[in-house]
Amino acid sequence: MSSKNTFMLDGVAIEFSEGDTIMDAALRSGSYIPHLCHNPEFRPHGSCRVCVVNINGRQVSSCTQPASAGLEVDNSSEDLVQERRNLLQMLFVEGNHVCPGCEKSGACQLQAVAYYTGMLSPQYTHFFPQRSVDASHPDTAIDFNRCILCELCVRASRDVDHKDVFSISGRGIGSHLVVNSPSGKLGDSAFAATDKAAHVCPVGAILPKHRGYEQPIGSRLYDRSPISIVGDVAAHESDDQGDTHGR
Amino acid sequence: MTHEEIIREIIAPSGTSRAAERSQLLQYLCQIQHQCSYIPGDAITQLATRLQMPASEIQGLIGFYAFLHEQPRGDYDILLSDSISDHLLGSRLLLQQLCNRLGVAPGVPRADGRVTVDTTSCTGICDQGPAMLLNGRVISRLTDRRIDHICALIEASTAVTQWPAEFFQVDDNIRRRDLLLSEETAAATMDGKALRVLLETDGNAILDVIEKSGLRGRGGAGFRTGMKWRFCRQAESDSRYVVCNADEGEPGTFKDRVLLNSYADSVFEGMTLCAGVVGASRGYLYLRGEYRYLLEPLQAVLRQRREKGLLGQCILGKDGFDFDIEIHLGAGAYICGEESSLIESLEGKRGIPRNRPPFPVTHGYLNQPTVVNNVETFMAAAKIAVLGADWFRQAGTPESTGTKLLSICGDCERPGIYEYPFGVTIKQVLEDCGAVNTQAIQVAGAAGTTLPVADNGRRIAFEDVSTGGSFMVFNNDRDLLDMVQNFSHFFVHESCGFCTPCRVGGSLLKNLVDKLVNGHATHYDVGEMKQIGSLMKRASHCGLGSTAPNPVLDLLNHFPQLVESRLAHSGYEPAFDLDAALQEARDITGRDDPGAHIRTET
Repeated sequence: MSSKNTFMLDGVAIEFSEGDTIMDAALRSGSYIPHLCHNPEFRPHGSCRVCVVNINGRQVSSCTQPASAGLEVDNSSEDLVQERRNLLQMLFVEGNHVCPGCEKSGACQLQAVAYYTGMLSPQYTHFFPQRSVDASHPDTAIDFNRCILCELCVRASRDVDHKDVFSISGRGIGSHLVVNSPSGKLGDSAFAATDKAAHVCPVGAILPKHRGYEQPIGSRLYDRSPISIVGDVAAHESDDQGDTHGR
Repeated sequence: MTHEEIIREIIAPSGTSRAAERSQLLQYLCQIQHQCSYIPGDAITQLATRLQMPASEIQGLIGFYAFLHEQPRGDYDILLSDSISDHLLGSRLLLQQLCNRLGVAPGVPRADGRVTVDTTSCTGICDQGPAMLLNGRVISRLTDRRIDHICALIEASTAVTQWPAEFFQVDDNIRRRDLLLSEETAAATMDGKALRVLLETDGNAILDVIEKSGLRGRGGAGFRTGMKWRFCRQAESDSRYVVCNADEGEPGTFKDRVLLNSYADSVFEGMTLCAGVVGASRGYLYLRGEYRYLLEPLQAVLRQRREKGLLGQCILGKDGFDFDIEIHLGAGAYICGEESSLIESLEGKRGIPRNRPPFPVTHGYLNQPTVVNNVETFMAAAKIAVLGADWFRQAGTPESTGTKLLSICGDCERPGIYEYPFGVTIKQVLEDCGAVNTQAIQVAGAAGTTLPVADNGRRIAFEDVSTGGSFMVFNNDRDLLDMVQNFSHFFVHESCGFCTPCRVGGSLLKNLVDKLVNGHATHYDVGEMKQIGSLMKRASHCGLGSTAPNPVLDLLNHFPQLVESRLAHSGYEPAFDLDAALQEARDITGRDDPGAHIRTET
């Protein structure tokens, strides 16, 4: 292994190719860096910040940081893990995430990453925002209460489906997902349940209709193994088992 | 003209490419908003069709910029500047007076559609505030008499063009001149002198002089200007761009306002010089929407320069030296002062900061190599080209050469523009501006540093206390918590919302500051503030998020006794206020008697 094409992740040498980010190289080598808005099928985004790592005392999001030879990357110091926990807690209090009542529980990336980092409570004061549910589409429902603004559906609909069904509007804490249709409802848009955008949501915001709790709690995606082994929920959407929604 | 005709005229196809037209989207929306008082749904549909883009994306743009609205504003659209410097001058009472006299609630148009009253982030008129924007025009020096007069004019439906001219007067207030503003060097950049130097020598010679001068970016970050220009010049590309960042949004900063008002020609000279050096044929001046009143005068300066052959094709007769400048307006978004957000905004998008690398010098506007510099930087560069590196280095410190324009406001006798050699002590500045009984100084605006007066031996310089220009003075009668509260609300309003720590952390921090101001915070909350603040500093996507907690952290670090005196004397106080939670029920039932309240024991 040439030292030219490796960097160190928690003391382990990781090989990378030209153009790789730290996340790309880590994922390929089987090393897990917690993340939510990243999905290797799409251009890196860098918004959730859960994948921050320390390099020379500076923090960067590993999904956007180009890999370079000789880097010493810290992905597991206690301070860093605490920071990720705090970021997750922020996401939990920003929306309305009620795991026991959520169809996605057990197959939710936000929940799984929270377990992985050892988050025990939301800690911060809940915002309890008033958000709605859009059930206007025959096959798919959107529960805006659970949206974490990762923009994966925006990217999927734009870059893969070429439908531009989703956008972000507002700004700051008022930022929110909007649907591109005259009424602003999903049922009025060009969205179809077969779209890529229907299969990339890491949380329970975009869910298929007509089935529920088919997979019992205890045998869902992350119930037996942690996310560091199982990987992203979106990666299992296309599996033959396709069990992420409890089918 | 009807709205329909206005819209048709504004968005008439320009014959350029769709990509070029798309980068005009924000400009179309600004014009429609200005002339119609809102963006009608029809306009959105037409623009979506014309530019072949989703309507929701246009709505996303309107939702992002504070000056754009999907619902009509009043015929008279008033935005009262809500900076701490306006507060110090009594703006909150004036807001109340305005609302009472006109019978409106903030942000809600009056039923007859005549008027809306709302607040906006710092308008940059801090040395002659309180200030407001009326249909995009600045009204300075508000007093209760002036407010009464304004209300009378509105009730009488007097056209804004008929309002007293002195309302709209904005003075330069230059109190101290040095290298840049001195009368002796005023002629240095006139009639294209810097460009003549460029043509007599070459781009490399100019780069050498700029590098030798040690000029660093005047916006506050202090990147070496010569290096930036060289990177851009070396980047592989057929087209390059020069962008002047005139999105002067940092609260308390108003020096670019003065430069654009009285020294615009030098600024454009600097941009053109840069274009000649890096090989750009197109430039943009990104003017914050609050300074719209400067748009016409700036266009006039551009016209004069074109007439003199200092802009356009074959500048000064030199074959191939083609460059022109277009002015783009911002629309109420502080984040667009961040260079990559500014570029996004120039492209007609939401001002979300880009991931870096790559940097704008190689991948900027339309993904092409782009120099983005501050107004003051371009002016300094033009003078350096003519007067030389040694002339510039005679002032300042080895690390921070030259001079810096400070815009001083707050509790001092002589607010205004002061040009100082870098290295000047804060003590000197305070003496010169007539500040007495000083408690604290806020340098570099909301994102800057709060210093107790005991630190007045420190110096204004990149290596000590760095600033883009803002310098606010607070005397001993002021409650510093008002300032911290104002700034934390400011950052919540101005966060772009892209990354978690700034979007959520900023709001959590604001709520904790409110709790402190209301006397309900405890030691536990202080710990939360420190922890959230430090997370925002380390993990945020851009400079806004990483500087947003500064006022809170400085308060906790430098003024612990003040914080301590405001804490509730219990180990824990709930964030949930039972009595406040009943407000909605009280509103519905119309009750406000003691029985409709829950009194918590304090």
